[in-house]
Amino acid sequence: MATKQSHRWWIPLLGWLVACLLFFPIFWMFITSFKTEVAAVATPPQLFFRPTLENYVAVQTRASYFNFAWNSVVISLGATILSLLLAIPAAYAMSFFPTKRTKSTLLWMLSTKMLPAVGVLVPIYILARETGLLDTRIGLVIIYTLINLPIVVWMIYSFFKEVPKEILEADRMDGASTYQELVHVLMPLALPGIFSTALLSIILSWNEAFWSLNLTTFDAAPLTAFIASFSSPQGLFWAKLSAASSMAIAPILIFGWVSQRQLVRGLTFGAVK
Amino acid sequence: MSTVTLRDIHKTYIDNEIIKGVDLDIHDREFVVFVGPSGCGKSTLLRMIAGLEDITSGDLLVDGERMNDVPPDQRGLAMVFQTYALYPHMTVAENMAFSLRLAGVSKERRLERARDVARILQLEPLLDRKPGKLSGGQRQRVAIGRALVRNPKVFLFDEPLSNLDASLRVQMRIELSGLHESLQSTMIYVTHDQIEAMTLADKIVVLQGGVVEQVGSPLELYHHPRNLFVAGFIGSPKMNFLSVQTTGVQDSGTTVRLPGDATITIPVQPRTLMAGDRATLGIRPEHLRIDATNPTLMGEVLVVERLGGETYLYVKVAGGETFIVQTDGNSRAKVRDRVPVTIEGSVCHLFDGEGQAIPKAERHPLSLTRHPEVPLHTEATLEQTYEQPTHLHEVPRQAE
Repeated sequence: MATKQSHRWWIPLLGWLVACLLFFPIFWMFITSFKTEVAAVATPPQLFFRPTLENYVAVQTRASYFNFAWNSVVISLGATILSLLLAIPAAYAMSFFPTKRTKSTLLWMLSTKMLPAVGVLVPIYILARETGLLDTRIGLVIIYTLINLPIVVWMIYSFFKEVPKEILEADRMDGASTYQELVHVLMPLALPGIFSTALLSIILSWNEAFWSLNLTTFDAAPLTAFIASFSSPQGLFWAKLSAASSMAIAPILIFGWVSQRQLVRGLTFGAVK
Repeated sequence: MSTVTLRDIHKTYIDNEIIKGVDLDIHDREFVVFVGPSGCGKSTLLRMIAGLEDITSGDLLVDGERMNDVPPDQRGLAMVFQTYALYPHMTVAENMAFSLRLAGVSKERRLERARDVARILQLEPLLDRKPGKLSGGQRQRVAIGRALVRNPKVFLFDEPLSNLDASLRVQMRIELSGLHESLQSTMIYVTHDQIEAMTLADKIVVLQGGVVEQVGSPLELYHHPRNLFVAGFIGSPKMNFLSVQTTGVQDSGTTVRLPGDATITIPVQPRTLMAGDRATLGIRPEHLRIDATNPTLMGEVLVVERLGGETYLYVKVAGGETFIVQTDGNSRAKVRDRVPVTIEGSVCHLFDGEGQAIPKAERHPLSLTRHPEVPLHTEATLEQTYEQPTHLHEVPRQAE
């Protein structure tokens, strides 16, 4: 046993190495945001420098960070709430009252995720323009809901599947209506799963860039558009771009870090039960 | 009054008929056990009574009222599930009082009722715990408590003890029996364990292939099985069967020749069998004796199982059949011993070529059906039962 253990000293080391490798771009972006534009593009790259906050000040003066951030919050939460409202009843029906076509419906839903989004850009753009949803938060909420719905339904479906059927039969014997069953029994039991699904949906919506860049200009533009606005035809301002990116990812990074226990618990719900 | 009546109940899933016409009367305060092998339809039948499965055709009456289309909670029944099916996120008290909460009962009254029930089941110290913190036996008690709180007309139990270990199962069995005694309510209980069925039931319903094979008191089934299936299913170890030939039919009984040319006379009613007919002799392991004074058959011991208080010998007899013989714990028999086996005709069962029992000449005195509402059978009614088999048995039997 002891020999076996001693052979494995390199496994944690490898783990740390991979983690550092993955984290490095974020780390580099973060320190670059405190460099001057000259220091940011210096060769060889500088690890030690005099930190400055000028990029943050410049970014905030050029564009109102809080407007973009507020749009991101509203759109991510809105899309997540709407997805859950649609997905929970759908997953309930598919988990507990399956028909012959349930499995194929689920697969079909997932298959929509396999299409390249750009394939439907023109029709979606025209639809958004005709319905007056271009550059509106509600427009992005609808689009994000539709994009994330297959994954949200799949996840909640698998969490509901974990709930023993007898418990639902017991509550029916106790006199629970469908609504009471959902609210008093099923949702509390699948809560870790629903919570982690919501987290995932928020993260996916927050980071989505393709549709937000194509369907918004200013009014409904979220933080992804805010970052993109710093890559201008006049050239890249690395330090300012890094400052903007740091500001854009900070909220979701902190949010994800705070809720990581819940997220992991939800994602491994079935495995560790 | 809480009676349950099933009239020609059928259940079909797509093209597969699971329940093939069941008629049954369950009387007030009766403890009825549905027993049968896996897949016989016993749980489906219980779930149909509960309202968790639709009834394809036939009528289900509770206290004379048709319940086919009434939702489960409005049938006045409560069910205890095999897996307990407790709500893991609620405390014991909340679990038990959940039905009252749904019914809009005030919190104080809910808790009061939960406390009353907890007192009966000795769950009082556990009221604030969640099911995850309870042992198997305690969870089972909570599941029973949840049923008790609803004050149901009829209790339904779906294999409630099968997830418990052996000693706890025995203890819970005794508790359930005591509960039935003190509550005096109607209970329907599903099990595949015939010992549970024998010990708990006022009335056992033996099912096979979606058909009721026999309904009767435990001892009625033990002493007067109606066919080979019931004879083999009730009793542990199971009844021994031997193919025999009828040699004579007299008023005192029917004489059969066993392999090895020995003959015995079995006191059955002179009915369907004629001299020369093939038949099946049934004898329970506990009725066989190893006795050298007047042996009926000789056999060779293949296996010896010593349980302490008793010993089971697996004996190969003439004709190639293997008999299980129950002898006392001090038996000195060894593998490959040749042993004399004595069969008493008076304790034997005889079955015709179709596997139906030939009625015995006399009823066993303890085999009379007994339940609170119905008086003990008189000789005349017993005779009637035998003369005119009830409609239960007109249903074509499944091939075994």
